[in-house]
Amino acid sequence: MTEPIPLSPSAHDRLPIPFNTSPEPLVLIAQGAESLLYKTVFLSLSQPAALKIRPVKKWRHPTLDKRLTRARILAEARVLVKLSGEGIAAGGGGRKVKDPKREGEGVGGMRGLVPAVLGLDWEGGWLVTEWIEGGTIKEAIYRGSRARTMGGSRVGLSGDDGVEELRGLLRKMGEVVGKLHACGVVHGDLTTSNMMLRPLTTIPDKSFESDGHDETSPQPSVAASASMQPQPTTTPNDSLSGDLVLIDFGLATQSVSDEDRAVDLYVLERAFGSTHPREEELFACVLHAYAHGEGSGMKGKPGKTVIRKLEDVRMRGRKKSMLGRVDVFIGKCEGCQHGPLLAAFRQHLLITEILVGHHYHWPAMA
Amino acid sequence: MRIAVGLEGSANKLGVGIILHPSHDTPTDPPSPHDSAHSDDGAFHPHSKQHISPPVQILANLRHTFVSPPGTGFLPKDTAAHHRRWVVRLVRQAMKQAKVRLEDIDCICYTKGPGMGAPLGSVAIAARTLSQLWDKPLIGVNHCVGHIEMGRAITGAENPVVLYVSGGNTQVIAYSAQRYRIFGEALDIAVGNCLDRFARVLHISNDPAPGYNIEQLAKTGNVLLELPYAVKGMDVSFSGILARVEEMAKKLEASNGSWLDPETNTTPITKSDLCFTLQETVFAMLVEITERAMAHVGAAQVLIVGGVGCNERLQQMMGIMAEERGGSVYATDERFCIDNGIMIAHAGLLAHKMGFETQLEDSTFTQRFRTDEVLVNWRD
Repeated sequence: MTEPIPLSPSAHDRLPIPFNTSPEPLVLIAQGAESLLYKTVFLSLSQPAALKIRPVKKWRHPTLDKRLTRARILAEARVLVKLSGEGIAAGGGGRKVKDPKREGEGVGGMRGLVPAVLGLDWEGGWLVTEWIEGGTIKEAIYRGSRARTMGGSRVGLSGDDGVEELRGLLRKMGEVVGKLHACGVVHGDLTTSNMMLRPLTTIPDKSFESDGHDETSPQPSVAASASMQPQPTTTPNDSLSGDLVLIDFGLATQSVSDEDRAVDLYVLERAFGSTHPREEELFACVLHAYAHGEGSGMKGKPGKTVIRKLEDVRMRGRKKSMLGRVDVFIGKCEGCQHGPLLAAFRQHLLITEILVGHHYHWPAMA
Repeated sequence: MRIAVGLEGSANKLGVGIILHPSHDTPTDPPSPHDSAHSDDGAFHPHSKQHISPPVQILANLRHTFVSPPGTGFLPKDTAAHHRRWVVRLVRQAMKQAKVRLEDIDCICYTKGPGMGAPLGSVAIAARTLSQLWDKPLIGVNHCVGHIEMGRAITGAENPVVLYVSGGNTQVIAYSAQRYRIFGEALDIAVGNCLDRFARVLHISNDPAPGYNIEQLAKTGNVLLELPYAVKGMDVSFSGILARVEEMAKKLEASNGSWLDPETNTTPITKSDLCFTLQETVFAMLVEITERAMAHVGAAQVLIVGGVGCNERLQQMMGIMAEERGGSVYATDERFCIDNGIMIAHAGLLAHKMGFETQLEDSTFTQRFRTDEVLVNWRD
């Protein structure tokens, strides 16, 4: 994440209404290819919010630009609303109270695990969502990684070097993604920068109107009907505990296909591996929790089917391979003794490996 | 000083090029021509333009294109025959133009792939023949790497994100650790292929190239109809757009002027409007994935290579995007954008200087040859 940069006076002019007259300065959090992300307040000074602006792209034809911006903002908002359980789809219309056992399914299943939508303007090109406190999962893993490489200056709860805690976090990750998929949504851009670790509690602030609640969120305003946080408990401030909240649904789609879900996991696997190379081998915890975790909506057969599809997707990846000579064998990888291997294909000028989560080390390949 | 002959024929263009790489001038005579960190005064200048390609001299760059009648595409069999018919003539002409002696030539470079099988085969045979006739080493070159290296050499771009767009390939590439890594690509057909096949339905002439004629027609179009926009993360997909735009083309032919612009309901839709619609949509998609790659990698410069890179509207759109990001766009003209022999000679010579050679028994060709398979050891 980039350092927040306060807005320059000239940039302020380019902000859409109502943010061009905002009393609070907007803090730029991130600048991607698609959008700018600011921290600000919305409708009330005590409601922090994340403002995502999709600026006009002058290189696109204006009709196309408007069409795309509108479609993308609405798609993102629709997905978040479906997941948070707002609107008519969720509670209105005399439906029965949801059976807690089926909590992970369908509408509203991700309440509290995704930011709530506070407002949007598709003409103006902006979307405002609930601000999630805490840091990214990426940062949390980096902290643990540094601590471990520096000789474990910070010892985990169980007295080890924090690996068990990290496994716990990764299991949580698998379960949350499982819940997401069970709701019929595919994130499209799963990375550890798109997951927040929201602390379960902050030190109760004496300046808040205390009415005996342990509420960590500010007094909700009329528009923010969805700041749902789980009843917080006071736990010691561990760096890896808290809620895992998914953010940035700009590439999300509503899909229930195994293929899309497998690709979603594949994107996460690749992103995890390149961002956290030292923890790469622990990623299996994520996949295991996805298919077997108690809290995962994909527990059991659905999850296992997706994991099987993932093996196919891994084989495809970026290597658009052609049929060629096949060397099939079962045994251990000669390069590193990791085993067992199922099979390996050698193709003309191209080596493709299939092994559940391992790169085969072809001996003496340039 | 090294000289290479390059033969290119992966599609319907047969190219023969002869390139000269001057030897390095500094008194210390460093081992690698890229070692610009050491300059004349002996002081160490770290990272001084280490990414910039060294100067090259183009001694000959000839090309002959096999043009098929409007409404048709070029078939592998006919294209291969065309290449066989023209290669000797072009090589002779190139040698005469370059005024080089046989003993000055260091190697014969040819396109190993990717591309169409039969045409690649014709050129490979020609290259093998020359290599044995003149007793020169053979170098098999990756077509995409050829485009990239030529683009770098001509424009002097430092370390840009490369958009490689042609009839056969659509890739967004960035250099990292001695490989050209593919960040995004077309999942089904290349953008040039989409444009060419659209041209066929409207019977747009293939001379000099269908894409060129679409571009000229688009300049007089102004109605933007709605086409599906298929950007999937860093990748793009064109088959859906092609299906839709072909449908529109058939509708246009059948309507006989009765299809009116939905906005005004008075002006009829024309061929130009369809060309305009298609260009604006597909180019916007290409610029978008390029922008994503640039944001991901943190680059500000873009280099466009490949036949579709000649398109001025694409260059313009990319330029606006790059400027908004505080960068710039680099593009070459049709001599280097369109498939040519000189890029093969150039990339081949770069590899040869690092000790690379293709043995006769390995001098095959292949239709699939990923850009990231090549070890770019002439860069660090």
